[in-house]
Amino acid sequence: MSEHDARQEVLRLQGLRKSYNVGRPTETEVLHGLDLRLQRSDFVALVGASGSGKSTLLNVIGLLDRPTAGELYLLGEATRGMDDARRTALRGTAIGFVFQFHHLIQAFTALENVLMPLMVASGKPTSEQLDRGRQLLAQVGLDGLEQRRPDQLSGGQQQRVAVARALVTRPSLLLADEPTGNLDSTSAAEVFELFRRFNREFGCAVLLVTHDARLSAQCDRTVTLVDGRIESDSASQPAPA
Amino acid sequence: MWVEWTIATRFLREGRAQSTLILVGIAVGVAVIVFLTALINGLQGNIIDRTLGTQAHIKVQPAEETNRILAPADGTVHLVLENRRAQRLRSINNWQQVRDVLDTLPRVTAVSPVISGPAFARRGEALESVALVGIDAARYQRIIPVQDDIVEGVFRIGAGDAVVGRQLALELGMRVGDKVRIDGGQGRESVLNVAGIFELGVRELDARYVYLDMKQAQSLLDLPGAATLIDVTVDDIFAAQPVAARIARLTGLKAESWMETNAQLMNALRSQSLSTQMISLFVALSVALGIASVLSVSVVQRTREIGILRAMGTTRRQMLRVFLVQGALFGLAGSVLGGVAGYGLVAAFNTFGPRLFYIPVEPALLVGAAVLATLTGVVSAALPARRAARMDPVEAIRHV
Repeated sequence: MSEHDARQEVLRLQGLRKSYNVGRPTETEVLHGLDLRLQRSDFVALVGASGSGKSTLLNVIGLLDRPTAGELYLLGEATRGMDDARRTALRGTAIGFVFQFHHLIQAFTALENVLMPLMVASGKPTSEQLDRGRQLLAQVGLDGLEQRRPDQLSGGQQQRVAVARALVTRPSLLLADEPTGNLDSTSAAEVFELFRRFNREFGCAVLLVTHDARLSAQCDRTVTLVDGRIESDSASQPAPA
Repeated sequence: MWVEWTIATRFLREGRAQSTLILVGIAVGVAVIVFLTALINGLQGNIIDRTLGTQAHIKVQPAEETNRILAPADGTVHLVLENRRAQRLRSINNWQQVRDVLDTLPRVTAVSPVISGPAFARRGEALESVALVGIDAARYQRIIPVQDDIVEGVFRIGAGDAVVGRQLALELGMRVGDKVRIDGGQGRESVLNVAGIFELGVRELDARYVYLDMKQAQSLLDLPGAATLIDVTVDDIFAAQPVAARIARLTGLKAESWMETNAQLMNALRSQSLSTQMISLFVALSVALGIASVLSVSVVQRTREIGILRAMGTTRRQMLRVFLVQGALFGLAGSVLGGVAGYGLVAAFNTFGPRLFYIPVEPALLVGAAVLATLTGVVSAALPARRAARMDPVEAIRHV
C-alpha cells in the first residue's frame, strides 16, 4: 500500500440495529446489534442465507438506508446524525457500489458511465478525470470500448464497466452485492481478480456479499450473518472440495 | 447544472418516440394559442383602426351647463322644481391656453381645436342638414388624415372653400368647383366653393360633414373666436381613459375617451378577448397535463436509473433538477415548433384566407409564448420531479 496506512479504519459498526415498520404492529428487527470493523487492507466476504439481513446490512453500510439504533462510523465519522445531503456527499466520495445486475445507465457510453460519480459531484469532467476514466477502463480490460453503449457490451464487460465506475472516485470502501452472480465463471473470475487488484493497489477495503462458497473462500476474511447476527468473523477457510 | 442538463437531454434522446409525441402535442397546443391570439389581435386591431380612423381618441368639451340654485338660509327648507337646462352651443373658455396645455401633456400625440355645430346645406330646392366642422387644417390632419380620403379635388379650406363628404355631394348633385349655400340659422348664410370631396367610409360622416376654416364656421355659428371641442389623440389607444380623466381634472372640462363613446364596441372586444383567453388557458392546461403525465411515466420507467444515480452521490436537488430541465426543454422546444407552425397558419390565412383583413404577428407574441410554455413545462414537471427526488434509493435500485 503506497500512500495509505493499511490499518487505517474505514468502517466501524457499533451495536447496529435496523428495524422495518418502526412503530407499527408489523415492526420487525432485521439486524440485532452488529459490531464490525474494517480497515483499508481488508478483503471481506459477507455470507449468509437468504433473509439473514445481508442486503439490509449492505444498504445501511452504503448510507442508502439508516440504522434504527447503534452507530456507523465511516472514515472515523459518525453518520447516524447526518442529514441526507451530507450522507449523499459522503456516499459519492467514499463508497463505490457494484450491484448484481451491472446497473449501467443506458443513455451514456461506457466512459461516461465510469465518469458519472465524478460528473455528479463536480460537473463536466476535466481532462485529468477523462484520463483517469480511460485508464480505469483499460485496467479492467476494456481498452478501445470507451464509446460503446452498455447494450453493445457483453454481460461481463458491463460488469467490468460497473467496477471501473465504482472505483473512479478512489473510494475507501467498495461494496459489492453478488457482483458475479450473473456472470459465467470466466467473467466472474476476471471481475473477482479486479477487486483483488484494486484492494492491493488502491488500499480500498472490499466488502463482498456472495452466496458462492468458492468465492468467499478466496477472500481474506469471511463474516457470516445468521438471522441478523454475526455468527462468525474469521479468516476464510479453503473451499470444501 | 451541467450534469443535470446532460442527464436530462440524454434521457430525452433515449426516449425519442415518447419525447417526439409529447413535443408534437405541445407544438399543436402552442400553434393554436399563437394563431388564435394573432387572429383575434389582428381582428381587433382592424376594428379599432377602422373605428378610430374617423374619430379622436379623446374629445374635450365644455362642462355641461347646470342651474345654479341659491343655498337655503339656515333654518329654512327649499323645495326646488328644476328643469334640466338646454345645452346651447358654447365655446371652451380660453381654448387657446387649454390647447397649449394639452400639447405639453405626456402620451398626447396630437391636439386639434374644432368648432362644430349644425347647419343646412342648400342647393337649389334641395336641403340637407349638415354638421359644420371648422378646423385648423394642419392640426386636424394629425387626428384624422382626411387628406388621404379625398376622392375628388383637393383638401383646401381657405376663405370661401369647403370640403364635403361624398354622400352629401351626391345628394346635392355637387362636384368640385360647384357652389353650396350654407345656412347657420337666423339669417347667417354664406356661399362656399366645393374645393374637395372626401370619402371616409363611414356613411354618417360622408353624408353630413362639411369641413371649413375655423373663422368661417365661427361666423356661421355666431360664436366668434370660439372652439366648441378639442380633439386629442394619444400614443397608446388603451391609455385614452386615464389620459381623459387627467385632462378633465386638469381643465375642469368634460373629457370623453373613445372607450366611453364606443362602450358597446369595447364590450364586444372585451368579451372576445376573454373567450380567447379562456380557450388559450384550457389548451395550455391540457399541454401542461400532457407534460406532467409523460414525465410521471418517465420517472417510473427510470426508477432504477434514479436509484443508481442516487447511490453514486446524486443529491435529491440534482435529481429534482434533472426532471425540471426535461419539463423546461419540452416547453421550449414545443413552443418553438408550435410558434413556427402558428406563424405558418397565420401566413396561410393572410395569403389564402378571405383576405378581409391582415393579421400581423408580433415577435413579442412568439417570445412570450416560448417563455410561457417553458415556465409551464417547469411547473408541470414539478410533481413528477418531486417524486423522483424523494424516491428511496434502496427501493429504486431493486425496481425491475
